[in-house]
Amino acid sequence: MSVIKKLVTSVALASAMFASPTMAQEDVRIALVVKALGIGFFEAANEGAQEAAAELGNVEIIYTGPTDTTAEGQIEVINALIAQQVDAIAISSNDTDALVPALKRAMQRGITVLSWDSGVAPEGRQLHLNPSSNPLIGNMIIKLAADHLPDGGEVALLSATTTSTNQNIWMEEMNKVMGNYPGIEVVATVYGDDLADKSYREATGLMQTYPDLDAIIAPTSVGIVAAAQAVVDAGKVGQVNVTGLGLPSEMAGAIESGASKSFAIWNPIDLGYSATMLAYELSQNGAEAAPGAEIPMGRMGTLTLDENNEGAMADPFVYDAGNIDEFKSIF
Amino acid sequence: MKRFIPLREAILSAAILFLTLLVASRFPGFVAPANLANVFNDTAPLIILALGQMVVILTRCIDLSVAANLALTGMVVAMINVAIPGLPIPIILTIAVLMGAFMGAINGILVWKLSIPPIVVTLGTMTIFRGIIFLISDGKWVNSHEMSPAFTGFPRTVLLGLPALSWIAILTVVAFGIMMARTQFGRSIFAVGGNPHAAVYTGINVGKTQFWAFVVSGALAGLTGYLWVARYAVAYVDIAGGFELEVVAACVIGGISIAGGIGTVGGAVLGAIFLGVVKNALPVVDISPFWQLAISGSAILIAVAFNARSGRNKGRVILKSAEATQ
Repeated sequence: MSVIKKLVTSVALASAMFASPTMAQEDVRIALVVKALGIGFFEAANEGAQEAAAELGNVEIIYTGPTDTTAEGQIEVINALIAQQVDAIAISSNDTDALVPALKRAMQRGITVLSWDSGVAPEGRQLHLNPSSNPLIGNMIIKLAADHLPDGGEVALLSATTTSTNQNIWMEEMNKVMGNYPGIEVVATVYGDDLADKSYREATGLMQTYPDLDAIIAPTSVGIVAAAQAVVDAGKVGQVNVTGLGLPSEMAGAIESGASKSFAIWNPIDLGYSATMLAYELSQNGAEAAPGAEIPMGRMGTLTLDENNEGAMADPFVYDAGNIDEFKSIF
Repeated sequence: MKRFIPLREAILSAAILFLTLLVASRFPGFVAPANLANVFNDTAPLIILALGQMVVILTRCIDLSVAANLALTGMVVAMINVAIPGLPIPIILTIAVLMGAFMGAINGILVWKLSIPPIVVTLGTMTIFRGIIFLISDGKWVNSHEMSPAFTGFPRTVLLGLPALSWIAILTVVAFGIMMARTQFGRSIFAVGGNPHAAVYTGINVGKTQFWAFVVSGALAGLTGYLWVARYAVAYVDIAGGFELEVVAACVIGGISIAGGIGTVGGAVLGAIFLGVVKNALPVVDISPFWQLAISGSAILIAVAFNARSGRNKGRVILKSAEATQ
C-alpha cells in the first residue's frame, strides 16, 4: 500500500469522523405540531413542510400531534419536544390559552415557537401565520365571479346567518373593492343560515327573482354546496356560476357537474411550507418577530406582521376542474 | 256542510290562498304551476314528518327527536351508499324506514315501560342521535360526488309530472287518511289522547298505543332521512338542525291540539303547506332577511290564534250535532 493511498484513506476516514457529528448538529429540527394526526388537511400541510425542508436542505421535519383534538394531548407533545430539544415548534393549536404555559417553557429553553392555521395567544408564540386575511378573502370572492364575467353581469351573495362575523367582514371587504370590477353588480344578499335546506331554498329564490343572474357567491361551505345543488336542480348549469369559499372534498361534485367553475380556500400545502420557512428564518437566520417586520417564506413571498405579530400568508388558493382531483382526497 | 269541510281547515286553506295571492301580487311567477309544484315538493319532507308528529301529539306525547332521527338515518344510508354503491334504492328505503322505526321504538319503550315524560325522553334521544352521527362520521361530510347517481336521483325522478319526493308525500297523506279514519289503531290514537282513562275502560292499552305512535313517527323520520340527504346531496352532523320545531309548528298551525286527542290529517297537511308557502315565498318577495324571522313567527302566532278560536266553536258544534243525532 502506497503512502499516498494510506494518506488518502486516513484523510477520508478523519473527514468522515468529523463530518458526521457536525452534520447531525447542523440538522435543524422543526416540529410541525397539528391538532390531531390522521386529518387530511394536516397531512397535506406536512407535505408542504417536507417540500420546504427539501428546499432548505439541512432541515428535519418532526410531524407530530395528539391522536384526538385536545389541548391536553398537545401539551404532552410539546413537553416531549422540549425534552428532545428541537429547534422550532410550529403549532396549529386546539386551544388559544391552554397551550400558553407549555409553549412559554419551550421559548425559555430557546426554542422558536410560532402558531399557524389556528392561533395561540400572543404571549405563547413569537408570531402567528394566518392562511389569509379578510381583505384578501373579500377581494377573492368577487374576483372568482368576475373572472368568468368579462362583460360584467349580475351576482348575488348567499351568506350564512345575518350575524356571522366572518361572512359579514368578508362581504364588507368585498364591497370596498367593488370599484375594481366595473360592470359587476351585486343584486341581492340572502342568508341561508348555514342550513342546507334554507340555503337551497334561498338560492332557488335568487334564480327566480333574478332570471338574468350570472353568479352566486357563497362565502360559506354549507351555502356553496347547497347553492350548487339548487343550480343543478333548476337546470341552470352554465348560466349561473356558483363560487365562493368551500372545501375541495365537498365541492368535487359541483365542479364535476359544472355548477361551479371555481372556488377558493386556503391551500394546506402552502400553509405547511410557509410555517416551516418562517420557523427556519426565526431560529436560524436571526429574523426578528416584531410588529411591522417582514419575514421571507420562500416561494410564498414575505410575511408582514401586524401589531399582534400576526401575518397573512396569501390570497386564498383557487380550485377548479384542473386541480380538484388532486385535492378532493386531501381535505 | 261543516261535517265535510271542517271550519279549521277551511280557514287555513283560505289563509294559504290569501298568502299565495299576496305573494303573487309582488312576484307573479310564484303562482306558475311549475313553481307551485316546486313549493309542494320542497314542503314534502315537512308534510311527511308533520303526519308522524301528529300521531304522536294526538296521544298526548311529543317527539322532539324527529330531526335528529332524520339526520342519523340520512348519514347511515349515505355511508352505506358510499360503501356499497350498487345497493338498489328499494333496499336503501327499507333500511331507512326500519332504522327510523327502531329509533322511534326506543322513544316508545322509554315512554311506555318507564313512564318517562315524552318531552324528556325525546330531548335525550335527540342529543344521543346527533352524538351518534358525530361518532360514526367522525364529523366528516358525505359529499355528492361520493354518492351514486341512483341514490341522489331517486327523489328527483319525475313520474306523471311530479318528482318521486312529492309522490311519497301524497301516498303518505292518503295512507294516513285511511289509517286515522278506518283502522282500529287510528281510532285508538284519538281515544288515548282524548281521554286516556276512558280509553283504558274500552280495552285500549294506552302505553302500547303511544309506543306505536312513536314507531310510526320514527319510521317516517327515517324515510325522510334518506329523501333529505338524497335531495340536498350532502350528509353531515347538523342537517335539518332545528327542524323538529318546524314540524311541531306545522302540527300546531294545522290545529292539532298540543293537549292531545284533537286533530286531523288534513289539518297537519295544511299546516305544513302553510309553513312551506311562507318559507318559499320569503326569499322571492325581497323582504329584508332581518324581518324574515319575525314574519315567520308572526304567521305562526296568527294561525294559532285563529285555530284557538275556531277550536272553541267547533267543540260546541260537535256536542250539538251529537245531541241532534240521538
